[in-house]
Amino acid sequence: MSKIVSVTGNHSASWAARTAIPAVIAAYPITPQTTIVEKIAEFVENGDLKSEYVRVESEHSAMAACIGASALGLRTFTATSSHGLALMHEMLHWAGRARLPVVMPVVNRSLGPPWNIWVDHSDSMAQRDTGWIQFYASNNQEVYDTVLMLFRLCEAPKVLLPGMVALDAYILSHTFTSIEVYDHEEITDFLPSYQAEHWKLDPKDPMATGNIAGPEYYYELSYAVHEGFEAARKMIPKVEADFKKHFGRFHGGFIDTYQCDDAEVIFIAMGTMGEEAQLAVEELRNEGIRAGSARLRVFRPFPAEQIQALANKAKAFVVVDRSLSYGHLGGAVTEIRSALYRGGQTIPVQGVIAGLGGRDVRYTDIKKLIHLGFDAADKGEVKPDIFYGLKR
Amino acid sequence: MVTIKELPRDEYIELGHAACAGCGATIAIRHALKALGGNTILTVPACCMSVIQGLFPKNALHLPVLNTAFETAGAAASGIAAGLKFMGKDKDINVMAWAGDGGTYDIGIQALSGAAERQTNFIYTCYNNESYGNTGQQRSGATPYGAFSTTTPIIGKQEHRKPMARIMAEHGIPYTASISAAYPRLVFETYSKAKDVVGTRFIEVHAMCPTGWRCATWDSVKFGKLAVETGVWIMWEKEGDEWRFLGLSKRIAEGKIKRKPLMDYLKPQGRFRTLIKDPERVKEFERGINREWEILKKRVGC
Repeated sequence: MSKIVSVTGNHSASWAARTAIPAVIAAYPITPQTTIVEKIAEFVENGDLKSEYVRVESEHSAMAACIGASALGLRTFTATSSHGLALMHEMLHWAGRARLPVVMPVVNRSLGPPWNIWVDHSDSMAQRDTGWIQFYASNNQEVYDTVLMLFRLCEAPKVLLPGMVALDAYILSHTFTSIEVYDHEEITDFLPSYQAEHWKLDPKDPMATGNIAGPEYYYELSYAVHEGFEAARKMIPKVEADFKKHFGRFHGGFIDTYQCDDAEVIFIAMGTMGEEAQLAVEELRNEGIRAGSARLRVFRPFPAEQIQALANKAKAFVVVDRSLSYGHLGGAVTEIRSALYRGGQTIPVQGVIAGLGGRDVRYTDIKKLIHLGFDAADKGEVKPDIFYGLKR
Repeated sequence: MVTIKELPRDEYIELGHAACAGCGATIAIRHALKALGGNTILTVPACCMSVIQGLFPKNALHLPVLNTAFETAGAAASGIAAGLKFMGKDKDINVMAWAGDGGTYDIGIQALSGAAERQTNFIYTCYNNESYGNTGQQRSGATPYGAFSTTTPIIGKQEHRKPMARIMAEHGIPYTASISAAYPRLVFETYSKAKDVVGTRFIEVHAMCPTGWRCATWDSVKFGKLAVETGVWIMWEKEGDEWRFLGLSKRIAEGKIKRKPLMDYLKPQGRFRTLIKDPERVKEFERGINREWEILKKRVGC
């Protein structure tokens, strides 16, 4: 029976694994992800979860082991963060290009040096081009629900891609809230057990994967990965609608919008900052200021059309990145400006870098940032990208 | 010992594979797979076998093959083994990682050591051609002392190789063997034995490489045998807690035959051309070989 449990964001991910029953879980501890795999170990050892749990000696091996198991056509799961994700990078490409639907929560944390264990999106943003579907969650229930949705999406024959759900370190990973969780039997209509239809390692029907392919094939194989993403783009709304039908919850699709319909300035961020922004918008609305919040929930496939649709109504965007591509800007603002240029739209987009390495960004800060959007809308021009809160 | 005639006729690597002429690794995989049979899943990291199996969309191997990244053979095999266990097929299907010496001694040792420590149920083969053969003979942890490689181009390698099979045996795994592709019947027998052992099995096959060793392709097997006959390569196995020498190495250890002169092995191979000019370095080469013999004799107890 479904029940309400009081859990951290990390344990929400563990509970999702328990509900989905991956055949193989291979994982390695890293702060602040560790409690995900600790809880899973507890589920496995007390018999609540009948997965094979491989306690590998590194994150690189965690992904390689998931690739091995997924290549048998089985459901696989791991979790990581920060340096662990960076170490995995090579194998993220391998899972993506081999079309293996591994599902992985990533607890967003900064990269060193210096050692810093707090929230920062640099780890997952740097994996943009590895062939992984990327979702960013903003609350514990969304973490749980998105893991289940990702299995459904990633394992779909036309998609067959790995997927990650990112959750902010500590703000979600170690914060308790109540969430609704289900037994495996209650979700099988939405998420049946998995055995790949396509290629799999089977001695009865032997085939090889990944052997050398020259320039005459590689391009087409790359395009096939891209087609998988286009299939995912079509399927995400269907999966979310079906999830709502079964469980009554909807987290916003590609972009979780709040008060955007008549908003003059739309604030765009990812993760918990996107949820915090709703509070800022609410206060601004009380002051008679027409602000809106659009939480970018899916980063790959990138929702360019949805961004363009938002720009049709608004006068300006304020886009906050909790990561920095040194020498340029944040990842989200770059993508958003690109989408608008492609759509022929010219509204001002104020870029902001904020909250790196766990620096707090409060709804009061967000209110200030939204005001910058109104300045830009009034003047029709944008200030240079802002490093908000930088001490100099 | 099985006779040539008694070897199974089944072939799991087809004619038309892309190996160099005289490739020892190909002799090894052919006879290893004859022993394991078709109910086997292979995982292959970056190594000569990535090329030998042929170019997409064709493949010379008659088995399911997961090609994987350089350092991951032990980990990818761990995932396959775990998945088979989940499906209840772990007793019916063999899992074998087939890696070169670079992928084993160097970049892959972490994943391999982890897999062994976890008692992963699989066979790990290191076919050791003593350099990064696939990419044109760069120095590896398995390259012998004094040997030319493209990254030790003038002086030759200045360090001895690591005792990889012994390192794996000391993990406490149930079966370890060090054999040579020059003895295909022994290859077959070793894999036939390993097939029935449960747990991590590590088999290192000395794999002749005329391309890298700078010798005539038709002399490939001759040099494989010479490595054993001169005592440069030692064949042994550890089954449970028992260590024993194998084949000709056993007869050398028992004093039944004398090791052939080292120069018989070194002199004709182009890769030792610089080494053999310096008698002191040849002595150092020999010192490394003798040291390994003494350690192994202690393990075997003779």
